[in-house]
Amino acid sequence: MKIRSNIAVSESGFVFDPSTGESFTLNKTGQEIISLVKQGMDYEQILNSLLANYGGEKPLYERYLVEFFEELRNFNLLEE
Amino acid sequence: MNQQFERPTIKKLNPGMPSKHGMAPSFKPLSAIDGVDVESMLAQYGSPLYIYSEQTIRRTVKQLKQAFQMRYPKVQLAWSYKTNYLSAVCRIFHQEGSWAEVVSGFEYQKAIDMGISGEHILFNGPDKSEADLELAARNGSFIHIDHFDELFTLAQICEKNNIEANVAIRVNMDIGIYPRWDRFGFNYENGEAWEALNRIMLNPKLNLVGLHTHIGTYMMTADAYRIAALKLTDLAVNVDKKYGHAIKYIDMGGGFASKNTLRGAYLSGEDTTPSFDEYAEAITTAIISSQIKPANMPLLILETGRALIDDAGYIAGTVLANKRLSDGNRATILDVGVNLLFTAFWYDHKIQPTRYIAGNQEETTLYGPLCMNIDVIRYSMQFPPLKRGDHFVISRVGAYNNTQWLQFITLRPNVVLIDTNGQANVIRNAENLDSITMHEEVPEHLKNFNL
Repeated sequence: MKIRSNIAVSESGFVFDPSTGESFTLNKTGQEIISLVKQGMDYEQILNSLLANYGGEKPLYERYLVEFFEELRNFNLLEE
Repeated sequence: MNQQFERPTIKKLNPGMPSKHGMAPSFKPLSAIDGVDVESMLAQYGSPLYIYSEQTIRRTVKQLKQAFQMRYPKVQLAWSYKTNYLSAVCRIFHQEGSWAEVVSGFEYQKAIDMGISGEHILFNGPDKSEADLELAARNGSFIHIDHFDELFTLAQICEKNNIEANVAIRVNMDIGIYPRWDRFGFNYENGEAWEALNRIMLNPKLNLVGLHTHIGTYMMTADAYRIAALKLTDLAVNVDKKYGHAIKYIDMGGGFASKNTLRGAYLSGEDTTPSFDEYAEAITTAIISSQIKPANMPLLILETGRALIDDAGYIAGTVLANKRLSDGNRATILDVGVNLLFTAFWYDHKIQPTRYIAGNQEETTLYGPLCMNIDVIRYSMQFPPLKRGDHFVISRVGAYNNTQWLQFITLRPNVVLIDTNGQANVIRNAENLDSITMHEEVPEHLKNFNL
């Protein structure tokens, strides 16, 4: 899983797609996940990182991660 | 300690002009009510949970009284049972000096059961049985006659039992607003009200003590009350002229708007609702400037319900799920549905999370938990990204929700009252299966079955 190479993501959570001119904002958790993706982590590694940071149960993170990636895909920000 | 996890969100930015409402509203969390932590109450009493503030009820009653008493010498409040007849709530109003205003035999019995004496009960409504009428007459209650059939029935009862009844008539009238409430009471313009007054005055068993009107509900203009008060005082003056009989009270009913925002309203109710002072100015000016003789100035009765209790009631609950709808908008499913929040049909209720949620708000539809398409709490609102298990509070739900609630596919939850010492008290226990089945009977031949 990779963010499309031409997508610009700032440290403050601002996302810009130069091919369409569309821009997006991320919340804190969204930024964290994008930064993990950019570090090259896969789905399982991101899950484990969230677990380490926030504690709790895996299914909760899985549920929100699936949905978040679905949104990234809908906005055409992921490389297929 | 681990950090608090927030649901990850990404929101598309739409450049251009801001919406007509300007910037998106900021979502301040509502973590405590009268100093009591909402999440702790949910943990202790379960979710969802109705929460009432005794302090707010008492403060609001005092504000209403002050607005009228500074303008008019004789003012009496009567608590509208149909708005909220939880016993603890009624008792707060009675401790603040309110009489009882009831609209059915059941409500009448409830007031008597609570220790209200008959002469402090106003009996309204189109459905009073013969037994109700006789009991109310014997108790010296004020019977507000709704139609001629009731008038004649009451006259017969009084004649048969050789008793007298204290009566008023309910009057409906054109006050320049739509919809016109002409289904209750006697019409002013077509002469029915005057005819009813004549029939009462000519009957020695019926003591005409008052005139009553209830012009509508959620009245956004105080001027409508001025017109209504003018027409009632006109009737009072005519009764005095013809019979030399002074009307003892004028009852302006209820209908003052609360600060809730009506569904689809352009502006927030907080900005558009008239103040108690505006209503008071309109009503008292009309009575004082009427032709009623100074010695006969009537007692002014108010049956304000909604505007006195709405702000004091909250319902707290839990997010059950999130999903995305076919149009891409988010939907959040709450454990509070229209079964517990009947007023969601009328209002865009204010909903706040119980703790600060960072991140972008999204256009969200808020659904209740019922298996019914109409179970929508808010069709569309900017809402922060709450996740399953997060809590929220809906404000201004004190009026009508605990009298019109539905026992549909689930049970009604606990109701707590936070007293003036900041202690939460359960004032109605959550229902259980027995609460529902105890009234059922199963015929012998249906008791057994084999599957």
